[in-house]
Amino acid sequence: MRPEDLKPEQFSGYPPEARKLALDYLDTFRRLPLSFLPNLLREVIEFDFKFPVERRLLEKELANLRSLSQQSLRFWFQEFTEIRLSESLEKSDWVTSPAQFVEQLSAHLWATHQMDAFRHAALSYADRLRTAVAPELPASPRFGIAVIGQGVDVAPGPLFRKLRPYGAYFSAVNPQNGLQHLLEAVAARARSSPAPYAHWYIDGGEALPHPSEVICVSYKAMEQVRATILARIHAETQKRGMGPEALRTLMAQLQPADLGASGGDPALDRFRIKLLTEASGTQIFSTSFVQWAAREALRRAQPLTVLARFGPRRRQKPMNEMLSPSAEQVELDPVGSLVDADMGAYYNWINQQRLPGSEKSLFLAWFENHQEAIAISPTLPRGTVSTGTIDLRGVLSWMT
Amino acid sequence: MVITFGGGARDQETFAPEGQENIPHLMRELIPQSAFFTQVVNRGILGHYVATASLATGVYETINNFAALPPESPTVFEYFRKALKRPASDAWVVAPSNGFNRIGESSHRSFAPGWGAQVILPKYLLGAATSGRGDYGHLLRDSYETPLYAPELGGNTFELEQMETILKLSVDDFRAHALTLSSPDELSIYIVRQLMRQFAPSLLWVTLHDIDIAHAGAYSLYIEGIRRTDRLCAELWKAVQSEPEYAGKTTLFILPDFGRDSDEDAGGNGFQHHRTGDVISRTTWMMALGSGIRGGVVYDRPVDSIDLVPTLGSLMGFTASLSRGKPITEVL
Repeated sequence: MRPEDLKPEQFSGYPPEARKLALDYLDTFRRLPLSFLPNLLREVIEFDFKFPVERRLLEKELANLRSLSQQSLRFWFQEFTEIRLSESLEKSDWVTSPAQFVEQLSAHLWATHQMDAFRHAALSYADRLRTAVAPELPASPRFGIAVIGQGVDVAPGPLFRKLRPYGAYFSAVNPQNGLQHLLEAVAARARSSPAPYAHWYIDGGEALPHPSEVICVSYKAMEQVRATILARIHAETQKRGMGPEALRTLMAQLQPADLGASGGDPALDRFRIKLLTEASGTQIFSTSFVQWAAREALRRAQPLTVLARFGPRRRQKPMNEMLSPSAEQVELDPVGSLVDADMGAYYNWINQQRLPGSEKSLFLAWFENHQEAIAISPTLPRGTVSTGTIDLRGVLSWMT
Repeated sequence: MVITFGGGARDQETFAPEGQENIPHLMRELIPQSAFFTQVVNRGILGHYVATASLATGVYETINNFAALPPESPTVFEYFRKALKRPASDAWVVAPSNGFNRIGESSHRSFAPGWGAQVILPKYLLGAATSGRGDYGHLLRDSYETPLYAPELGGNTFELEQMETILKLSVDDFRAHALTLSSPDELSIYIVRQLMRQFAPSLLWVTLHDIDIAHAGAYSLYIEGIRRTDRLCAELWKAVQSEPEYAGKTTLFILPDFGRDSDEDAGGNGFQHHRTGDVISRTTWMMALGSGIRGGVVYDRPVDSIDLVPTLGSLMGFTASLSRGKPITEVL
């Protein structure tokens, strides 16, 4: 089926708000190339479960597409129309299952050596969209915090090497009450700039007490869901004919209710389980979980504040054993986790810098209960070292 | 001898200045005697099986990365054995996972079945030797790309009983030795050394894979994999020098099958995967050393991943007629 043949009843399986949105833009969809449209529908079908900023951005994108003249549309989508699709892709039910189509499209693009062309088309589209739709600047500068190295006495090597060129490295931080100072800073930001899903606290272990205005995602709280998912994966992989694509599709279709993870906030419930059903390593390693959760929170909710505290992950064990939940005592690898988290902190900063308002953003990474920290802020000189004694409250005050 | 420095390592964790601390053996022991190519570009599909198959055929293969399928174009092993009339014992592949079982021989009709390389999957053998239980479990992961799934084996499989009859290695000895090893790649190198002693094959292809643990997102494990691979490459080169059948008459190529995603590409998640197809994930390096190679030279011109097979052909005396690559003249 081609986009120009779309009919309203084909969206009957969409959740209510997504269906309404799709029907509002049906005429626009009919004008878009098939190599592009299912990518857009993959977002539309999730509309009911999106965070507010995601909804606004999607609505703006759709409004922009509707506003384009036929000539402009040809210009915007010229590269997409040159992508050759297979007959099986065209015949697939891409309206009902756009995510599956996109997966199959990806395989097709690799196999037909069109991935580079598609990539170029996608980047060009994103550039045009950024120009056409003004980004939403944050109400106040974003602030990312990474706390790394829980349980480590001595770091195996220099820390924050990738972040140091961008900020001030503090080598004599008084660690006393450090976590408390950081949580207080997050709480203060949540009070002064209240907004839905604007302030996040992600913990690789058990969450510390935090204000209710702060969205919390913790590895410990997801323990039962993780066990359920791993048990399900284990069962599915025993079935004959189960392949990686089928397993991925199955995982992506899991709903919070399937996993006993309905907490009364559909968007957040969905966000939490996707961290486990659509990512790699998050089911097993808490460091991967924290890094990915921070990345997804930043990408999707575009929050003002993210405090990501990495905990010690389990020592590497065979995947098959790890995929079979047991009562066996888990061994931890604090030093390896510190190395993971050091890189994770860098990725958190990169992901924060991708968001609008990055020139004013703040970032702090701290070696938990130790004296090392790196602070990045427009107020701090880049690539500098401070050896003077200071506590984290002092570092925070230097940053703002 | 070809070693794929697998699976997928970026320049910034290997030969770029900040990565060199992870490859002390390559830097200090092998590079000084190598011809080093700084830009090897893989323009194909960035999945480990299909990319390794492309390296082995000199054609960008498009087979399903996650199925036990043979390459569609003739492999270097078929060119070599048919042109030089070499016996089956003269070309071997040692590879990490079930998915690689068919890599030794293509489905191309210009070659009758039987001209390919024999493939050994050490992890599969260990699984059979231990029934996948006990202390050997940590070696038995099939693939990090799809750690939740192992394809069913297709084609001829080198079975446990052949280990005793062909490699002269008892199951008990194999099992006991495995207990002393920390990773699947160490097991692969152990098997390679057995092959070198038993058959001294002229064409030996080793696909290492520990590095691909990066898919789990733990940077320390990725780096650990690189350091182990670095050590194993040097150990194998030392073994080459100590074996009379190989010393002074062996050329070794070491190259990653491809890189991994850039930290800066928003479509990926940095080192974790190789999905974006960006420049960093497509561009890697290659070193060649040993017999006939002028060492201590760095070449910055781009070469293509699929140039390896015609280069091997020129070195060994066969023509890779269906390869799409070109011989790398600097090593000929």
